[in-house]
Amino acid sequence: MMSAPVLNYRTRGWMRMSVEKQDTLLKMAVLSLAAVLSFSCRLFSVLRFESVIHEFDPYFNYRTTKFLAEEGFYNFHNWFDDRAWYPLGRIIGGTIYPGLMVTSASIYHILNWLNVSIDVRNVCVFLAPLFSSLTTLVTYHLAKELKGPGAGLVAAVMIAIVPGYISRSVAGSYDNEGIAIFCMLLTYYMWIKAVKTGTLFWSTMAALAYFYMVSSWGGYVFLINIIPLHVLTLMVTGRFSHRVYVAYSTLYVIGTILSMQISFVGFQPVSTSEHMGAFGVFGLCQIHAFVDYVRSRLNKVQFEVLFRAVISTVAVTGVLVLVVLTALGKIAPWTGRFYSLLDPSYAKNNIPIIASVSEHQPTAWSSFYFDLQMLTFMFPVGLYFCFSSLTDENIFIILYGVLSIYFAGVMVRLMLVLAPVMCILSGIAVSSMLTTYMKQIDEVKTEKKKAKFEGNYFMRSEIATFFVCIMSVFLVMYTLHCTWVTSEAYSSPSIVLSARGHDGSRIIFDDFREAYYWLRHNTPEDAKVMSWWDYGYQITAMANRTILVDNNTWNNTHISRVGQAMASTEDKAYEIMRELDVDYVLVIFGGLTGYSSDDINKFLWMVRIGGSTEKGTHIKEHDYYTPAGEFRVDKEGSPTLLNCLMYKMCYYRFGQVYTEGGKPPGYDRVRNVEIGNKDFELDVLEEAYTTEHWIVRIYKVKDLPNRGA
Amino acid sequence: MSTTLMGVLRNFHDEYMRNTPKRLKMVDAYLSYVLMTGVLQFVYCCLVGTFPFNSFLSGFICTVGCFVLGVSLRLQANPQNKLQFVGVSPERGFADFIFAHIILHLVTMNFIG
Repeated sequence: MMSAPVLNYRTRGWMRMSVEKQDTLLKMAVLSLAAVLSFSCRLFSVLRFESVIHEFDPYFNYRTTKFLAEEGFYNFHNWFDDRAWYPLGRIIGGTIYPGLMVTSASIYHILNWLNVSIDVRNVCVFLAPLFSSLTTLVTYHLAKELKGPGAGLVAAVMIAIVPGYISRSVAGSYDNEGIAIFCMLLTYYMWIKAVKTGTLFWSTMAALAYFYMVSSWGGYVFLINIIPLHVLTLMVTGRFSHRVYVAYSTLYVIGTILSMQISFVGFQPVSTSEHMGAFGVFGLCQIHAFVDYVRSRLNKVQFEVLFRAVISTVAVTGVLVLVVLTALGKIAPWTGRFYSLLDPSYAKNNIPIIASVSEHQPTAWSSFYFDLQMLTFMFPVGLYFCFSSLTDENIFIILYGVLSIYFAGVMVRLMLVLAPVMCILSGIAVSSMLTTYMKQIDEVKTEKKKAKFEGNYFMRSEIATFFVCIMSVFLVMYTLHCTWVTSEAYSSPSIVLSARGHDGSRIIFDDFREAYYWLRHNTPEDAKVMSWWDYGYQITAMANRTILVDNNTWNNTHISRVGQAMASTEDKAYEIMRELDVDYVLVIFGGLTGYSSDDINKFLWMVRIGGSTEKGTHIKEHDYYTPAGEFRVDKEGSPTLLNCLMYKMCYYRFGQVYTEGGKPPGYDRVRNVEIGNKDFELDVLEEAYTTEHWIVRIYKVKDLPNRGA
Repeated sequence: MSTTLMGVLRNFHDEYMRNTPKRLKMVDAYLSYVLMTGVLQFVYCCLVGTFPFNSFLSGFICTVGCFVLGVSLRLQANPQNKLQFVGVSPERGFADFIFAHIILHLVTMNFIG
């Protein structure tokens, strides 16, 4: 290795390499460490519990991936699932974004072909950390294009551990966002390269990366609006050049036709308002380029004549056509989910399902600091540095940053989109500031004069050293915060809970899987299970039974029917359950253990959704409150609440259980009251199974009586 | 110089015929042909209806794509634009053009149904 001709260097060891090689070695070392760090930081839950899929949505993705790995792509693409949304079924092939499943299945097949026998489940669990390592690398390249390698390295390390991104990509969180962030940053990188070089190669690569993004997440709408917005800004600021024309036109045309290959997207790119912005900017590009060409050929006076004649006709017809098409309904208006981003109160007033998802709530200030720590105040500094050296690429990152801040403020889930740009801008900020001040430390030690600095100010080197120390302290605190947040807040699998007993030992609550496996082994194959929609995906994936409603929530009326059944008295609920052929009912109850995300706490949403359709108009929310307007389950609670099906299912036989020392039997540890309606019997249900800590309770629906009433 | 619309257009036409290199004129001929096919497809769709929509879309987007790629090639091949496209020779431009066309036609074939 060091057998090169011995050169007369006074320094030893690694300094024998030339400066470029040292530079490359440092960069590669930092990048590899960052990639390994991002992978290992996400493994807390695997080490504490086991390699298991978390939460709710990932179970659906896992089930579809298993199907794809076993049955092949053609069957997957044409899959009609009759085990969900009984009796309606669900066309899975046409209503999902297949990127995640195809990626996992390909990795699974490649590894098994190489004789590394790994299970589909383990591929799914570890896919998100793997892609986070790849995201680290792409972030380095992207920030390098914007500012320089130093900024790239800082941004890469920051994004390796930023909690906003970790929250959706821990090992076990097998969801679209895990690969979507990688695809998004890859598309941005290709786009920036295309704008910088203006070659068709990079534009086509950007279109291919965009296709990968469309296949992986519904948030691609953000991309197809921010890239045209960037082009529009360049036009307005007079920076529109041939390179931008080539980049955007190619990306738009090839990207659009590629995006329509995904069945779920279908013809939306030419018919919905969310995509019309991109189309408009495409038209503007053509017009702008043509006008530039004509202007370069004619002299001023002639050009004016031509310009005025043409522009009036074209502009007027264009606007008229768009207005007419929208009015006729050929172009669909903004859909509910995206409209609620522009008008946050829309979902709350009109669509309770969208409003009830906790991820769709507006973000609190504390969440920003919790998820981003130091990056929140480095972000404006990064914006300043971008403004001070304004290029085409920096305009893009400025736009992206400002828009993401707005969207992250509207919906907690979109904090994920904000995290990468925060890292990039903070990387630019930290790198620029450190470069400036590091130079000032060296300045005093060497004797060279630099005309750039405004002369020697008092204690320049000391101030610079002090500043560098402060920055290092910031970075260290950032690391500590991120590791702590990942370990405490974002590494719980939700399907397995753990708590500390009185003597400090760890108690594991594995009730969910216990109940699902009971269902799997003790009920007939075609049994139909009714539960609230949160648990649908888990039931189909683990218990393998037909369910009525699941997390896809595509049919509000069906969910409302289930809500009506849960909120009505036993007899009325029995009618609904017979109509829907229900065999088993499953509820989650946390009163014995203090598990607070149980069905009684979600009950008000069931009432609201149940009462929101025509068949449920008899269900009114205020019936379930006390006369004073409180939601109580003790003796003071409203009689409608104390006699509804959900209450009875949760608290059956609970009245005889002692839960806490010094409290009467039937003390609910979540609501912290003794329950009101204690010793009742169930008429239409019989208890089938209750798990060890009473978290999951399963009831069998009794058949019609043999004799008439 | 005359300032009527017809005069301006005639002027533009003469100047174009005189000053454009032959290579670029060939690209322009190709572009006008592609534009014609696009217009024809659109008129046909308006007359006959949009079923099957995916076939119409794939054909129409293919013509738009060919047009846009042709314009990009022309921009890159024009020696007056050399400063804007750093390091892109006309040969490199043509190779990229072919690459983009391969992708475009693969997708069109898949989408046409």
